[in-house]
Amino acid sequence: MSRHTVNVTVNGEVVSEEVEARMLLVHFIREVLDLTGTHIGCDTSNCGACTVLLNGRAVKSCTIFAAQVDGGTIETIEALAVDGKLHPLQEGFWEKHGLQCGYCTPGMIMSAKHLLDKNPNPTEEEIRWGISGNLCRCTGYNKIVEAIQYAAEKIEQGDSAEEVSA
Amino acid sequence: MIPGSFDYHAPTTLDDAVALLTEHGGDAKILAGGHSLIPAMRFRLAVPDVLIDINRIPDLEYIREEDGHLVIGGLTRESALEESSLVQEKYPLLADTAKVIADPLVRNLATVGGNLAHADPANDHPATMLAYGASVVAHGPNGARTIAIDDFFVDLFATALERSEILTEIRIPTPPTGSANAGGAYLKMERKVGDYAVSAVAVQLVMDGDTVVSARLGLTNVNPVPMRAIAAEAELIGKELNDEVLEAVGRAAAAECDPSADLRGSVEYKRDLTRVLTKRVIRKAVERAKGGDS
Repeated sequence: MSRHTVNVTVNGEVVSEEVEARMLLVHFIREVLDLTGTHIGCDTSNCGACTVLLNGRAVKSCTIFAAQVDGGTIETIEALAVDGKLHPLQEGFWEKHGLQCGYCTPGMIMSAKHLLDKNPNPTEEEIRWGISGNLCRCTGYNKIVEAIQYAAEKIEQGDSAEEVSA
Repeated sequence: MIPGSFDYHAPTTLDDAVALLTEHGGDAKILAGGHSLIPAMRFRLAVPDVLIDINRIPDLEYIREEDGHLVIGGLTRESALEESSLVQEKYPLLADTAKVIADPLVRNLATVGGNLAHADPANDHPATMLAYGASVVAHGPNGARTIAIDDFFVDLFATALERSEILTEIRIPTPPTGSANAGGAYLKMERKVGDYAVSAVAVQLVMDGDTVVSARLGLTNVNPVPMRAIAAEAELIGKELNDEVLEAVGRAAAAECDPSADLRGSVEYKRDLTRVLTKRVIRKAVERAKGGDS
């Protein structure tokens, strides 16, 4: 059983921790870094509740070892709100009732963030495709799709507002 | 669920990875995308003593055409295939396949090489590579060798790779262009996104008018070992395509596969589904060959 030092940038902060080789990234995030917004759902690589961004790509943090992310960059749900102001995706889930129990929400939002980073103006089908790795047992997904559409519009308006002010 | 203990190595050269694999032999597993291996380790279905993470070896992720082949680095992510315009334009069978493997989150890490080397008959690339007549490149202590895909899958979860070899590249013959009309397609029936196929069929063929000049068919998850539907191919090659021929091809595929009953369906259901999917996928490939829908 080997132990490894992991140097990783999490939500903009560089952290350095020694971990057992078998420690999964989701446990590293929740138990070592105490960032409990990332959830453990199915524990079988199916549900996507543990989704985080690794080097900008949405991945299931329950299906990667912490040692593997040495040198990388992680973004979790805690990174999205800045100075108490919700990210457009969080605002969209609030405004459009994109959650009921809320358990899938952090993972859903991180998947949606990757989707919008790649494709700022997705069609409804592209949104449904993009979040198809995240399971929600409450909403029936319609409200989640609307929340992501809300965020896409909001981000686009924000960008054009910035361009105007610049 | 926590995996058993292991020693973790992250070599930065292929030679180092092969040396580690040679040293640890059957006690070691290669960690590529990890999306088959890590779940298996969490269930303790796999309890390797040593993991050799090949993700830090440079130059194993690429998609390019070379010497009449599409060559794909073993560590290429499924999402890269999905996003590749080259794959979308010239390799529709591969594009079809990449889109339906697991789910988008899995595809961001899962690799083409891992999907083949794991040799799970439920995985999607084996059928596709069988239909393409692809080959794989394996690196071992004595250098590289090429293995034809027809010789690659030897048993359930068992391949022709030696214990000290790593699958580093997949080579797909570029379908002929010009006067020959090549087409391919993959059709998968799954209960929901992320599930394995109930059945799936891959086909790559060449048409001359309405006549099938050549064709290869691969089947997913209806046999203990990834399989080519050779009897079905024989019903198809040289024939002028009509409903009667298609039905005979579908029936041949249904007869020669060997599915097992499980939560996804009975043996009878899976055979009949294979018959139907075979017919549909051939129609789709023929449409593409004729330039109708790419």
